[in-house]
Amino acid sequence: MGPVAYFDAASTEPLHPQAREALLTAIDAGWADPARLYNQARRAHLLLEQARAEVAEALGARPDEVVFASSGTQAVHLGMLGTLHGRRRAGRHLVASAVEHSSVLHAAQAHERDGGTAETVGVSLTGRVDLDAFTAAVAREGVALACLQTANHEVGTLQPVEEAAEACRRHGVPLFVDAAQTAGRLPVPAGWSVLAASAHKWGGPAGVGVLAVRKGTRFRSFVPEDERERRRVPGFENVPAVVAAAAALKAVRAEAEAEGARLSALVDRIRETVPKIVPDVEVIGEPVERAPHIVTFSCLYVDGEALLTELDRAGFAVSSGSSCTASTLRPSHVLEAMGVLTHGNVRVSLPRGASAAEVDRFLAVLPDVVRRIRKDAGVA
Amino acid sequence: MTDVTQPALTIDALGKKCPIPIIMLAEQINFVPLNAVVAVLADDPAAYTDVPAWCRLKSHRHVGSYELPEGGWAIHVRRNY
Repeated sequence: MGPVAYFDAASTEPLHPQAREALLTAIDAGWADPARLYNQARRAHLLLEQARAEVAEALGARPDEVVFASSGTQAVHLGMLGTLHGRRRAGRHLVASAVEHSSVLHAAQAHERDGGTAETVGVSLTGRVDLDAFTAAVAREGVALACLQTANHEVGTLQPVEEAAEACRRHGVPLFVDAAQTAGRLPVPAGWSVLAASAHKWGGPAGVGVLAVRKGTRFRSFVPEDERERRRVPGFENVPAVVAAAAALKAVRAEAEAEGARLSALVDRIRETVPKIVPDVEVIGEPVERAPHIVTFSCLYVDGEALLTELDRAGFAVSSGSSCTASTLRPSHVLEAMGVLTHGNVRVSLPRGASAAEVDRFLAVLPDVVRRIRKDAGVA
Repeated sequence: MTDVTQPALTIDALGKKCPIPIIMLAEQINFVPLNAVVAVLADDPAAYTDVPAWCRLKSHRHVGSYELPEGGWAIHVRRNY
């Protein structure tokens, strides 16, 4: 088999070379307990605070608003539940778009188990939240928190975060923004109250989530507290990984505009070409208002698992929202909410450096792969 | 279930995973006259989304989806052409 084209950046971006370099250096320099007062500890503390300042600057936050968690998912859970806890007196209702990441929906379920209420707001056929319905939902009495992602992780559609933030501001409701798919790739939209992101999505190491809580947002941790990370994330900080995450963010931001435009042109090529070379295919999501690196399509009459297996055999690492590829055997809640085909689904998400030659090779093998699977299923 | 047109054809896709119910529907919709209704019985959750999506892509009409007492749905599709 030839080289594998890695097209699953939306799951995780390969480690950026500068993150790798920073990680190796920081493992030697930043291993000590940053909460202590001897020389090595002060050095670890300094590295941690420098990384915090860099990440804060990149996300449009103040350093004292930013804490590091052990994953993006943990940042989402702590951020949402901490804000809900802090706003208990204002109300117990949660509003979220129907296409949020599962970590947001899981936190919403935990909130409901705790006696709170939650509602999801529907999206268009392209996956964009219904802004009028979202605005109406946050205007009601007793809303403690609203949640909206910057871009959808499965279809790439950008959400109207700034408009939603304005609606939330008018009604005094904090807005939680999951920026995992765009942090480092696109500027963070204005107006968030609580922000979460994940370093391994921008080329940092696994195990670093970012949680930013705007000054003035009512917040009360719902987990046991210690003295770490402004009492918002308990447990010993992973200083080397945080340092590497900051280095990766700095590096990808420096190249984001040029690299984003390049990847976006490749995504355009896939969006335009696939319907011409594969019959009965639906390209999904916003064609223009989208993350630069994500494109999703569904092939009628095709089993998603067979498609992933065949593409893997042909040397392509891609992902799918089809039910047969999920451990739950349910189709992706994103595709369901959009009302688009859930079977035969392929998500291509291009990492930094993905080449035009790889995309061309993908487009060259795809028609035959789909034709073969359809033929095997008895589809004429 | 009032105002539901009696289906001219019922496709039993219970226990079958997508895309099989959709493949069966695509094969058999031409067996009924124009404007007649085909009922797809399916219990794969994907079918609940995929049959209406297929109708949109193929310009047929999704009439409605009705829960079956034993689980799953009867998904009614009107042949448009």
